Amino acid sequence: MAAIELRDLWKRYDRVEAVQGINLDIRHNEFIALVGPSGCGKTTTLRMIAGLEDITAGEIRVGDRVVNEVPPKDRDIAMVFQNYALYPHMTVYDNMAFGLKLRKTSKAEIDRRVRDAADILNIGELLDRRPKQLSGGQRQRVAMGRAIVRNPQVFLFDEPLSNLDAKLRVQMRTEIKKIHRRVRTTVVYVTHDQIEAMTLADRIVVMNFGLIEQVGTPDEMYNAPKTRFVASFIGSPSMNFLPCRVVSGGNGSLALRLTDKLSLAVPPERAARYRSHLDREMVFGIRPEHISDRRPNAGSGFEEFEAGMEVVEPMGIDTMVFFSIDGIEICARARPRAVGPVGEAMPFTVDMNEMHLIDPANDRVV
Amino acid sequence: MVAVTNIGRAEARPPLSVRSRLRRSVGPDIDGYGFILPSAIIMVSLVVYPFGLAVWYSLSDAFIGQPASFIGLDNFIYILTVDDIFPKVLRNTLLFAVISVACKVFFGLICALLLQRITTFKRFFRGAMLIPFVAPTALTTLGWWLILDPTYSHINWILKHVWPFSEMGLGPYQFLADPTLALSSVIFVNFWRGLPFFVITILAGLVSIPDHLYEAAEIDGASTWDKFWKITLPLLRPVLAVVILFSTIFTLADFNIVFVLTRGGPMNETHLFATYSYTYGILNHDIGLGAAVSLFLFPILAFTVIFLLRLIRRDTAYEL
Amino acid sequence: MSSDTATMPAMAKSERTSLALNRTPMWRQRKKLANYLALLPYIAFALFPFYIMVITSLKSNQEINNLSKSPFWATGITTDHYVYLAQNTGFFDHWLLNTVIVATVSTVISVSVGTLGAYALARLRFRGVEMFGVAVFITYLVPQSLLFIPLINVVNAVDSVVPIRDTYWSLILTYPTFLIPFVMWLLMGYFRTIPVEVEECAYLDGCSRLSALFRVVLPMAMPGIICAVLFSYTLSWNEFLYSLVFIQDQAAKTLSVGVFTELIRGDIYYWGSLMAACFTGAIPIVVLYSFFMDYYVSGLTSGAIK
Repeated sequence: MAAIELRDLWKRYDRVEAVQGINLDIRHNEFIALVGPSGCGKTTTLRMIAGLEDITAGEIRVGDRVVNEVPPKDRDIAMVFQNYALYPHMTVYDNMAFGLKLRKTSKAEIDRRVRDAADILNIGELLDRRPKQLSGGQRQRVAMGRAIVRNPQVFLFDEPLSNLDAKLRVQMRTEIKKIHRRVRTTVVYVTHDQIEAMTLADRIVVMNFGLIEQVGTPDEMYNAPKTRFVASFIGSPSMNFLPCRVVSGGNGSLALRLTDKLSLAVPPERAARYRSHLDREMVFGIRPEHISDRRPNAGSGFEEFEAGMEVVEPMGIDTMVFFSIDGIEICARARPRAVGPVGEAMPFTVDMNEMHLIDPANDRVV
Repeated sequence: MVAVTNIGRAEARPPLSVRSRLRRSVGPDIDGYGFILPSAIIMVSLVVYPFGLAVWYSLSDAFIGQPASFIGLDNFIYILTVDDIFPKVLRNTLLFAVISVACKVFFGLICALLLQRITTFKRFFRGAMLIPFVAPTALTTLGWWLILDPTYSHINWILKHVWPFSEMGLGPYQFLADPTLALSSVIFVNFWRGLPFFVITILAGLVSIPDHLYEAAEIDGASTWDKFWKITLPLLRPVLAVVILFSTIFTLADFNIVFVLTRGGPMNETHLFATYSYTYGILNHDIGLGAAVSLFLFPILAFTVIFLLRLIRRDTAYEL
Repeated sequence: MSSDTATMPAMAKSERTSLALNRTPMWRQRKKLANYLALLPYIAFALFPFYIMVITSLKSNQEINNLSKSPFWATGITTDHYVYLAQNTGFFDHWLLNTVIVATVSTVISVSVGTLGAYALARLRFRGVEMFGVAVFITYLVPQSLLFIPLINVVNAVDSVVPIRDTYWSLILTYPTFLIPFVMWLLMGYFRTIPVEVEECAYLDGCSRLSALFRVVLPMAMPGIICAVLFSYTLSWNEFLYSLVFIQDQAAKTLSVGVFTELIRGDIYYWGSLMAACFTGAIPIVVLYSFFMDYYVSGLTSGAIK
C-alpha cells in the first residue's frame, strides 16, 4: 500500500553491470510486471527493492521513505519466491504465522489472519500439513498465503509460476489476479513469460541488458512498442521483421519495397510519419495475426500477396503458416479451413494499419 | 509521470553511513567476521601457532625441561645423514601408504559393486562393513594383536591344526617379530580399518550414477564388462580421487596401529613418521629431533594433496 | 516384524503372477546367490576381530592358555574378566567416565563453534571468505602427529594459568583442533544445499541474521548437525595420540590409553580382561553407530559425492 520509486538505480557485481541506472515510478496499489530475458536485471531489481541486494548507486523509496539502508526485515515487504521457499520444518499454519509472530502480533489476531488468508486461497484443510506433503500448486498457494497474512506495503513475486506445469500455471495466473483484486496492494511481479505479464499487470516494464526498454499498459506494449526489442518480446508467436526500403508510391504516397517483386503500400494516414525515412533501408515489423487469409470487405490499408507454404502448425482456433520472403522466415495466422496442403501457394492479406517501421540504426520504432 | 530515461550514470550520493561504506569495501555481510571469530581464535592458537612452534623446535636443540637455542638445520642434517633408522621410516611410510591404499581401492571397489546389487538385508550388510571404521582403532588393534601374537595366534593355530594346512608344515610365523611380516601385519590391519571408508564412499558414488546411462549403454549393445569400464569407472574417478586423497593423508600420518601393534619394532623396522617422532620427542625427550621428523611429513602431504587435487579438478568436469 | 508383514502381500502377488507369467530366470537367481556368497568373506573379515574379542573375553584363563584347544570357540563361559575389569581396574570408574566427559564437552564446543563458522563461510559474502575456506581445508589436513609435540608446550602454557596438565581438560582443550575443521568442512557442504531463498524469506518475514539462523537455517540443517555431533563424538572417543601424550595420571586416562597402558603388564598378557576391555570400550560407539547409521554414511560420503 505504498508507491515505489526507483531513482538512477545501479547494481554492479564484480564485473557485471546488472542494472544500469533505471528510473521507475510504481503507483500505489498498482500491479507492475517486470519482464525480460534472463540476465536482463529484472530479478536483481526486485531483490534490491526487497533489500536482499545492496544498491550500488541510486535510491529506492517505498512510500515516503528512502529504504536504501533499511534491512529487509524492516521494509514491510513480502515476497513469493520461484521455489516457494517454504520453511520445511514448520506446518503450513506456522509458515504463515511466522512473520506475524516475529512482529509480536497477538495469538488471536494471528489465528484470524491465517484463517482468512487460508480461506482466500482454499488451503483451509492443509494448515496442519508440512510443505513436504503438499503438491506444487498447494505450495504455491501457501507461499502466497504467507505473504498475504502479513498485509505488507508491497508484494514481490519472483517468477512464482515457473515451477508449475502449464495447466496449473494458467490456473494460478487467474488466481493471482483474483487475489490482487481482493487484497489490493502494490505488486511487483517478475517473470520471463510475457503472457503472464500481459494478463496480470496494470503496467508492464520490459527490461533488457540492465536497462528499461519501455514502460506501459499491456495494450500499449502490444500495439505501440517503442523499440524492436519490445516489439519482438511481447506477443507470441513473435513479430515478423523484414528488411525493406521506403520508396515513393506516387501521389505523395509511400510504399515499402520488400523484394524486387513485392512492395506494400503504406496507409496514407501514416505517410507523414514515415516521410523523413524515404529512400532509406528500414525494418518492417508485422505480427503474425496481421498476416492472414481473411479479406475484409471494407476498410483501407489491406495489401495482398501470395506465398508458398513451407510449414503448417495447426493450433485449433487458428493455424500458423510459415513461408519465407528472401530467405527470411515469416509466420502468418490463418483460419484452419483456408489452409491448403504444404507446398501450395496461398494468398495472404496484410493489415498495414498494424505495421511498425523500425530504424535499424537505433532499433527504435518510428 | 513515468520516467524511462536511462541517461547517464547516477552520481554518488553524499550521505553514506559508516556501515554502508564498510559494506562497500568488505562485502555485504560484515557480521561474517563475528561468526568465524571463535573458530579462527581456536585454530590460530591451537593449530597455526603450534605449527610455527614445531618449525622453531625443529631448528633448535630443544630438550624437555631445558631452554632451547637455535641450531639451524642441524636436526635435519642429522636425520638425513647420521640417523640410519630414518631411511627405513621413509621406506615404511611409502610402502605402508601405497600398498594399503592400493589394496583398499581394489577390494573396496569389488565390495561396493557387490553391495550395490544386494536387495535384502541391505542395511545389515552395509552396517556390518562399516564397523571397523567407527570402532576405536587402538582397541580393535589390540584385538589384532592377539590374533597375531606368536603364541596365541589364531592364524598359526589354523596352520597347525586344520587340514589341509596341517599337512603342509607351515608356520608358526612370528608375525610381529619378523621385520617383513611385521610390516605386512601393520599394513594388513590398516587395510582392515580403512577398507570400510572406501566401500561406503564408492558405494555412494555408484548409487549417484544415473540409471539411464546404463540403459542407454545397454541399448547401444554394451556388455556388463563394457558398462563397468566405459561408464562406472570413468564416472567414479572423481569419487575415487577424493577417497584416495583422504585415505593417503590419514595413512601417511597414522600412529595408532603401528604404535599399538609393534611400537615401531622389531628393531625399529616398522616405524612411521608419527611413531618415530614420538620416540624422539616423548621417549627420548629430544623435542628438536622429534619435531624435525614430523615436519618431514609435511612436504610429502602437501605434494600428495596438490597432486590429487589436480586430478579431482580435472575430473569433476562431468555434469551428471 | 514390520518388514515381514510388508513383504507378505508382495510375495503372494508375485506367486500369483508367476503362474501366469514366466518365473524369475534361474540364472538370475543363481547370480543373486553368488553375489551374497561373495560378500560373506568381506563381512567375516570386518567382524573377525570383534568375534575374537568376545570369545576370548568369555573364556577362563585356563582355557585361553590351553593352546591345543581351538581359540575360535569357548567351552565354558565366564564373566570373570568383566568382573575383574570393574573391580580391579579404573575401566568403568575412571576411563569410561573420562572418555564420556571429554567426548561430550569437546563435541559441544566444536560443533557450536564450527557451525557458526561453517555458516559464515558457506553463506555470507565478505572479503576473505574464500581464503578462510581454504584455511579450514588446510587445517583439516594437518595431522595430529605433526602437532602433538608443540601442543605439549601450549598445554603447559595454559597450565600456568589454569591447572589442566594431566587432567582431561588438556584433551578438551586440544581435541577441537581436529574436530572444528572437520565439523566446518562437513557443515559448509551441508549449508550450501539449503536453498538461500528460504533464509531470504525469513529476513523479509522480519528475522534478523541471528534469528534467521536459529529459527530457520539451523532447524533445516539439523541432519547435518546431528551428523557433525556423531562424528565429533566418535573421533573424540577413539582419539589415542593426544591422550597418550598429555596424560600420565592413571585416573585421568581415557579408554583407549587406559586399556593400552594399564592392562598390558610385563610379558604375561591377561588376554581375557584385555579383550573384555577392548570389546566393552567399542560397544558404546558401535551402538551409537547402529542407531544413526545413515547419518554416519552421509557424513563419510558427503565430501566425496558433490
